[in-house]
Amino acid sequence: MEFLRFATAGSVDDGKSTLIGRLLYDTKSIFQDQLESVEATSQQMGNEYTNLALLTDGLRAEREQGITIDVAYRYFATPKRKFIIADTPGHIQYTRNMVTGASTADLVLVLVDARHGVVEQSRRHAFIASLLRIPHLVVCVNKMDLIDYDEKAFNEVKEEFRNFAMKLDIPDLSFIPISALHGDNVVERSEKMAWYKGSSLLHHLEEVHIASDRNHIDARFPVQYVIRPQNEEHHDYRGYAGTIAGGVFKPGDEVAVLPSGFTSTVASIDSYEGPISEAFGPMSVTIRLTSDIDISRGDMICRPNNQPSVGQDLQAMICWMSESSALVPRMKLALKHTTKSCRVLATDIQYRIDVNTLHRDEKPDSLKLNEIGRVSLRSTQPLFFDEYRRNRNTGSFILIDEVTNATVAAGIIVGSG
Amino acid sequence: MVYKNLRIAGRNQMSITTYELNHLDQLESEAIHIFREVASEFERPCLMFSGGKDSIVMLHLATKAFWPARLPFPVLHVDTGHNFPEVLVFRDRRVKELEARLVVASVQKSIDEGRVTEEKGPRASRNRLQTTTLLDSIEENNFDALFGGARRDEEKARAKERFYSFRDEFGQWDPKNQRPELWNLYNGKIGQGEHIRVFPISNWTELDVWQYIEREEIEIPSVYFAHERDVFLRDGMLLADSEFVKRSEDEELVRRKIRYRTVGDMSCTGAVESEAENLKQIIEEISATRITERGATRADDRVSEAAMEDRKKEGYF
Repeated sequence: MEFLRFATAGSVDDGKSTLIGRLLYDTKSIFQDQLESVEATSQQMGNEYTNLALLTDGLRAEREQGITIDVAYRYFATPKRKFIIADTPGHIQYTRNMVTGASTADLVLVLVDARHGVVEQSRRHAFIASLLRIPHLVVCVNKMDLIDYDEKAFNEVKEEFRNFAMKLDIPDLSFIPISALHGDNVVERSEKMAWYKGSSLLHHLEEVHIASDRNHIDARFPVQYVIRPQNEEHHDYRGYAGTIAGGVFKPGDEVAVLPSGFTSTVASIDSYEGPISEAFGPMSVTIRLTSDIDISRGDMICRPNNQPSVGQDLQAMICWMSESSALVPRMKLALKHTTKSCRVLATDIQYRIDVNTLHRDEKPDSLKLNEIGRVSLRSTQPLFFDEYRRNRNTGSFILIDEVTNATVAAGIIVGSG
Repeated sequence: MVYKNLRIAGRNQMSITTYELNHLDQLESEAIHIFREVASEFERPCLMFSGGKDSIVMLHLATKAFWPARLPFPVLHVDTGHNFPEVLVFRDRRVKELEARLVVASVQKSIDEGRVTEEKGPRASRNRLQTTTLLDSIEENNFDALFGGARRDEEKARAKERFYSFRDEFGQWDPKNQRPELWNLYNGKIGQGEHIRVFPISNWTELDVWQYIEREEIEIPSVYFAHERDVFLRDGMLLADSEFVKRSEDEELVRRKIRYRTVGDMSCTGAVESEAENLKQIIEEISATRITERGATRADDRVSEAAMEDRKKEGYF
């Protein structure tokens, strides 16, 4: 069975928890003891109805304050696919949580209240999905029951969202009219909206084509760990372990190793079960080469005529994630990119983007919590990278505060120099 | 396009034209990536091993990650002294086969040394005492990263857990102040005395674990399969008769056909009535069940809605 990882963005008011509750409930992924405990807590808190948000809001503070603080991961399966939901809170102060949840997603699900149409929050969610190059965006126009399942109103929301999305880069955009509360078009097609010819949400999630979303063209293998058994049976064994970050590798392939630039040939691709005839992302494998060259963690194996950019100057979009500090020009930070760690200097903040209006604020003094902007970075060592739009694995990085060790930013490479 | 079958990191055959990995292969790759990442970036990692199915799967994944080399870290067992005997035999054999180094941290020793006091009464359990023993062992051995087999589907506090979970010098988890985790880039930076708990199988469900055990033909202790045993009913759970539990007069012993869905201490792990004698039947049973594994079998989680969160904050697994 195949996986689909999707992120949901929205707040309790949009009916997001109700929608997730319904997906879990209708696919029999909520267990009896979970439901009983949620019912008991709802009653104790004086709620009139069973508050399905309690299923996802697991922390004591979240229950007490009735809010979602963090990304929660939920799991369900149908006979066709397995699903991982990264459930993220929708308000602007949780932009970093949505960025986190979306970073591993194949698809983002945005909820829009049919009565209110496209609001600031919907635009922000669409922007983040496009920034993180999530290939599929599904807009669920919810609460259709409250507007008499009106086709015209649905089309207006659709039109409005489309107009905004044209400014963004979203390869696959779909719209589904639903009522999460009554289950219309969630699992089954609704009889109340005969005018809607598309599929139900669950059917869409089961069928959306994600296999070609990964980059299987540019062969990239960041060396993660060198396996040298040093026992009698495997005395001279030297394997380069790692996860394929792009393209396909086969025994006999001619390869180049960065930063040295030496070329060699793939002798074999090993696994515990035996040799593998072909390896592609995101497989974790061990590659052996025919020649003995000095290779260590942080090096990159690629093809001689298809190499990533190599350089110390990066252009990147970053989302700042720290409450206690802000990014200012000339700041020094630790960087982790593929399997490479080094230090960087922020040489310039070119602009900050207003995530609600897409307006660019040129040359800001700083980037604070939840702010997204374009920066220039200079690294202490050469990095082997691709543009994020070309490859999510070799185009992403994180920044770490060297004093507190906190992860303070997510970065997306947009170019070099 | 080449049409041929490809042997990938599992036992499954697939067509190479699609370049798709099935869910077990994806989960396996993700876990192996994390094992290797930790082995690269930390000085003194170790793998926490309880003898339960999740930690057995973890040991299997770790073996695969470093093959043909041996495990580059020791295996740590926090021994409450209340184990199922079958599980201890299993542990020792597995460690020997893998030529791994075993470190045992003993709760009995913590009690003898006065580090903790044994709980009293018929419901006494050593579950909570383990935290002190574990934290002492981390300090004694200078462990800086500890692999654990916790899964996010197990429990609602665990649903918020990271792959790399930061612990301060008191071993505490601060759920409100967790490091954001993006793509597959993990931040393993820590200061003196701090450590990271690492959960490579975070994204696995109970069913995934069983399907993987079946696919990989992983051996597991016999207590997971249906067998006859003397049990008694307490708080709606079937507990095994053992020297570690005091029965009250109205807790009558009965012989039932049972199996364990989770394996922890004999004193707080409940059994479920079952006819599942092999992996295929267990998978069928799990697919059809309407109760979560911890809900069915763990007295330690029944203390309150946030029992797991509270223990985790103190430094529990």
